[in-house]
Amino acid sequence: MNIDSIRNGLVIDHIKSGKAMEIYHYLNLDSLDCQIAIIKNATSKRMGKKDIIKIDAEISVDVDVLGYIDPNITVNFIENGVKVKKLHPELPVQITDIIKCSNPRCITSIEQDIHHIFKLSDKEKGIYRCIYCDSTPKVTKE
Amino acid sequence: MRHLIDISDLSVTEIDELIDVANDIIDNPEKYQEKCKHKKIATLFFEPSTRTRLSFEAAMLELGGSVLGFSEAASSSAAKGESISDTVRVVSFYADIIAMRHFKEGAPMVASMKSDVPIINAGDGGHNHPTQTLTDLLTIKREKGGLDNLTIGLCGDLKFGRTVHSLISAMTRYKNIKFVLISPSELRLPDYIKNDVLEKNNVPYSEYTSIEEAMPELDILYMTRVQKERFFNEADYERLKDSCILNSEKMKFAKEDMIVLHPLPRVNEITTDVDDDKRACYFKQAKNGKYIRMALILKLLEVE
Ligand SMILES: [Zn+2]
Repeated sequence: MNIDSIRNGLVIDHIKSGKAMEIYHYLNLDSLDCQIAIIKNATSKRMGKKDIIKIDAEISVDVDVLGYIDPNITVNFIENGVKVKKLHPELPVQITDIIKCSNPRCITSIEQDIHHIFKLSDKEKGIYRCIYCDSTPKVTKE
Repeated sequence: MRHLIDISDLSVTEIDELIDVANDIIDNPEKYQEKCKHKKIATLFFEPSTRTRLSFEAAMLELGGSVLGFSEAASSSAAKGESISDTVRVVSFYADIIAMRHFKEGAPMVASMKSDVPIINAGDGGHNHPTQTLTDLLTIKREKGGLDNLTIGLCGDLKFGRTVHSLISAMTRYKNIKFVLISPSELRLPDYIKNDVLEKNNVPYSEYTSIEEAMPELDILYMTRVQKERFFNEADYERLKDSCILNSEKMKFAKEDMIVLHPLPRVNEITTDVDDDKRACYFKQAKNGKYIRMALILKLLEVE
């Protein structure tokens, strides 16, 4: 696969270096059978070093989830070898069933079939809180 | 249909209205004694709290309604492993309103998502206890004449004390409020409340480790329990608990019109010699709890 010549698919760019695998995991990319290139520590004028993921297939991506993981990411949509759209994901207002509440005193620890929902409580700092117990997720984000 | 899960579910105007209704109930109880005739409250207490449960039940009975429910998880379907969602779906066939206490944080919110009748959070673990906060606000309004321009001392376990956290977030919505935080350094108010609630709303606060130093400037002293299990060892507990004990000697440093509040039950953090001081308002506060719950039940059941 020539990583520069995707025909139809998407390029997830400006990923903070070292975070590519985390995004690979969140987007469930291991369930795809198309070609996927993960480029780590590419040089970037703006960032010094960055990671890039190139996916050679038209898949739908929950851009908002990417905004939660890393708001600096850009998503480029490629059609017939041409970039047709570029998106800067924003911090989602709510994330459902992406991360689990880690508070052992939270009702989510015992109630069956419950959705794990976090709401954005501080946009500037990117802080999310569990809607049930108000605790912040343990996943470390910088 | 409305629920009360968190004190911030109510606007300042709605809180003022509840306080007005509660005051009217206190002045004219006979006007209200049949308001909830043929209505039922279910008190679902998955965690025992006799005081809070009786307060809800007395409130409904005084409105002419009736009560059903359970007082501990062991005597409920939860002991058989039933989910909150299922329990609430079923109970909402039998009752017009539900007061729920649960040991897990967020349980009443889960209930509110599945219930056909209003849910009142009667305490969810160490998280929220909005009817305690309403009780505190009613008491402050009655004793101090208003909710603005107050210096409020909070003393005891400020780290885990949910009544303190809720009171802070409720009081920051009023004008010219100042907090004085009194606690051993191990039990200081968490940073996220200082940053996200106090500093974000430009509410001034100061911190002390003993009551005496803080006392002269206070309009209200809100005492809470320091629980032994919060400490790693007995020696720390013994050393620190005295700094958060109020006695008649320390009351001498207080203003003539200061009031002392406590959510009760107390253990030893207020010595009984303070009870006779006219500034001790914690038993009045317990009494007010019933009246504000009556006002809340009327509001949520939309009874005129
Ligand atoms: Zn939670």
